[in-house]
Amino acid sequence: MKKEIAEGLTRRQLLSRMLATGTLVAIGPGFISAPNTAWALQVNVIQPGTMATLIQMARDIYPHDKVADEFYVTAMKGYDSETKKDMVEKGVSELNGLAKAQGYASYADVGWEKDRVALLQKIEGSAFFQTIRGGLVTGLYNQKAVWPVFGYEGSSFEHGGYVNRGFDDINWL
Amino acid sequence: MGAPFNKNDDSVVVIIGTGASGGVLANELAQKGVSVVALEAGGRYLPDDYVNDEWASFGQLAWTDPRTTSGDWRVAKDFSGLPAWIVKAVGGTTTHWAGASLRIQDHEFRARTVYGDVKGANLLDWPITLADIEPYYAKAEDKLGVTRTNGIPGLPGSNNFKVFEKGAKALGYKNVHTGRMAINSRERDGRNACQQVGFCFQGCKYGAKWSSAYTDIPRGEATGNLEVREKSHVLKIEHDKSGKVTGVVYVDSDGKQHLQKARIVCVAGNSIESPRMLLNSASSMFPDGLANSSGQVGRNYMRHMTGSVYGVFDKPVKMWRGTTMAGIIQDEARHDSSRGFVGGYELETLSLGLPFMAAFLDPGAWGREFSSALDLYENMAGMWIVGEDMPQETNAITLDGKVKDKHGLPVPHVHFDDHPNDVAMRKHAYQQGAAVYDAVGATRTFPTPPYPSTHNLGTNRMSEKAKDGVVNKWGQTHDIANLFVSDGSQFTTGAAENPTLTIVALAIRQADRIASQMSKGVL
Repeated sequence: MKKEIAEGLTRRQLLSRMLATGTLVAIGPGFISAPNTAWALQVNVIQPGTMATLIQMARDIYPHDKVADEFYVTAMKGYDSETKKDMVEKGVSELNGLAKAQGYASYADVGWEKDRVALLQKIEGSAFFQTIRGGLVTGLYNQKAVWPVFGYEGSSFEHGGYVNRGFDDINWL
Repeated sequence: MGAPFNKNDDSVVVIIGTGASGGVLANELAQKGVSVVALEAGGRYLPDDYVNDEWASFGQLAWTDPRTTSGDWRVAKDFSGLPAWIVKAVGGTTTHWAGASLRIQDHEFRARTVYGDVKGANLLDWPITLADIEPYYAKAEDKLGVTRTNGIPGLPGSNNFKVFEKGAKALGYKNVHTGRMAINSRERDGRNACQQVGFCFQGCKYGAKWSSAYTDIPRGEATGNLEVREKSHVLKIEHDKSGKVTGVVYVDSDGKQHLQKARIVCVAGNSIESPRMLLNSASSMFPDGLANSSGQVGRNYMRHMTGSVYGVFDKPVKMWRGTTMAGIIQDEARHDSSRGFVGGYELETLSLGLPFMAAFLDPGAWGREFSSALDLYENMAGMWIVGEDMPQETNAITLDGKVKDKHGLPVPHVHFDDHPNDVAMRKHAYQQGAAVYDAVGATRTFPTPPYPSTHNLGTNRMSEKAKDGVVNKWGQTHDIANLFVSDGSQFTTGAAENPTLTIVALAIRQADRIASQMSKGVL
C-alpha cells in the first residue's frame, strides 16, 4: 500500500512538472532520490499526485523563494491521513478541474504563479482552501528549522537573553 | 485560623481571579490580616515553567475556553473563537503583559465633561478623580518597580526602540523614551534586572517583569492569611434572601463542584468572565443577573483603539531582541479634537516573533504581497497603537444563546463595533506610525489590524449613580454591599493608557476600603 512519492510521482513526472511550472528549478534530480530528504516522504493514504499538488499549493499560498521545498513538505504531510483523505482528494480534484477548464493538464501544470494564484482565488472561500491556508500559518512558520531562513533566532533564555548579545547593536541609523 | 480555610468558613473574603487585580487585592488584604480564599481557574506556572516559544507558550498560558463573537471588528472574522488574548493561570494576564505602566491623565477621568456628548458613545465621568487615585498610583508604581519612577532608571533602548526614536524625533515628537515599565532596569525587590530576552509576552523567565504570580501571591500566602486554590473555575455566586452574597460555587480540576462560603466576594476575572459570572448567577430575586439593576452588566465593553504599524528597512533591525514594549511616543496621547477625534493614543514599540508575525501581520492574507513582507522579517521594526475607544452600550458581553461550556453554562458572546471616533483615531495613528518609519527610510510599512484584545475593560463600570453603572467608586456593586468588582471591568472609560497600573492602584485602594469597612463592622 505504501507509495514512495518519489516512486509514485515518478521521476519523469516530477521532472516534467518542474519543467512545466518553472517554479521548482531549485530542486535537482538528486534531491528526489536522496533517502533522508523530506521528499522521500512516504504517502500512505492519499494519492502521490495529490500530495505533490498540495505542496505546490502551499508554496503558492505563502511563496518564499528562499525556503526549500522540504519545509512545505513538512507542513503538508499531515494531510496524508484517513481523516483528511476525502477532504484533500476532493479539494485537489476540484482545483485540477478548474485548471483543466482552462486547458491545462492539472493545477501543477500551470506554468506561472500568477495563473495558479488566479485559480486559488476561485476557491479562496472554500473550507478546503482555508483549511490548507490556516494550517500553513503554524505548519510552515512554526517550524524551528525554518526560522534561521528568516533570521529569527527563537528562544534566547538559554543564551542569557540579548543583554550582551546585540539587543542594541544596530549600526546603520 | 490560617490557610487553608474550610469551605464552610463564612468569614473569608473570596476573590475570583489572581491577576493584576485579584492577586494584588489578595495580598493586600492578607497583609492586613484578612482571611482570603482566592479561586483561580488556571494552574500555577512560574519563571522556570515559561517557554521562549510563542505557540507553545500560548498553549501553556492562554485562556482558550470557548467564546463567540460578532460585530464589525476583524477579530470576529479572523479569530472568531478568541476575542481576547489573556491568560488562565495563577497571576492571570500579569504573566503575559508587556509591563507598560502609565497613569491615566486628569482629563481622561472626566471624559464626558471634557469630550462632550459624542454621538453613539455612552460616555460618563469616573466617580473618582486623578487626585483621588494619585496616592495609590504612587503605591502601585513602587510595588511594580516602574522605571522612571521612584528613582528607577529607564530601560536601555533596543534596536527596535532606536529605529522608533530616530523616526519620532525626525517628526518632531518630544515625549519619546523607553517607557515607564514594570521591568527591572536593575535588581530590585528580589527580582532580577532585565536580560533583554525578548519574550515578555510569554512570561519573563528572569522574573524581571512584575507579575503577581511570583510577587504578591507568594507574599500573601506567606502571611498564612491567603489560600490560593488553583484550577478552580467559578460557575456562580450565591446569595441569600436578603440579597447579600453568601458564597461561590466552583468546579475543581476533577470536575467536582464545591461551595465556598464567603463574607465578601470580589470578582476579578477580567472584563469578559466577570460580567459572565454575574449574568450566569441570575436567580429569581435577580433575574437579570447579580448587580444588574442598571442593565449595564456586560455593556460598554472597551478594548482600546489598537492596531500596529510595522516597517521594513533595507538593513536588519532584529526587533525580537530585547524587551517587547520598552519604547513610547506620548505626544499624541493628548486630547485635541482638531485631529478629528476626541481622546488620544500612545505609540509603543512592539515586536512579535516570526510565528506570531505570520499569524497577526494580516490575518487571512496570502500570496506574495504577504509572504514578501515576512521575507524581510529580519529588517522589520514594529510599534503598537493604544488609544482611548468610546464606550458603547451595544458593545457587550452577553450569554450566548446556543453554545455552552463543558460545565453546561452559556459561554460569553463578545460583540464589538468600532465607533466612528475609534476609526478616525486609528486612521490618524496609522499615518503617524508609518511616518515615523518613513522618516528613517522604511521601504514598506504595514498598517496591521488589531489583535485579539489584551485590554478588556468597562463591562461592570464605575458610576456615581446606580442607574448609570454597576459599581461605585470603591468597586462595590451598587446593588449588593458585600459584592465587589476588582478588575478592569470597573473602568468607566478606557483612557489612552495601558490599564494595568490603574487596575493595580484600584486594587490597593479597594483593599484599604474593604479592610476598614470590615473592621468597622459595616461589611
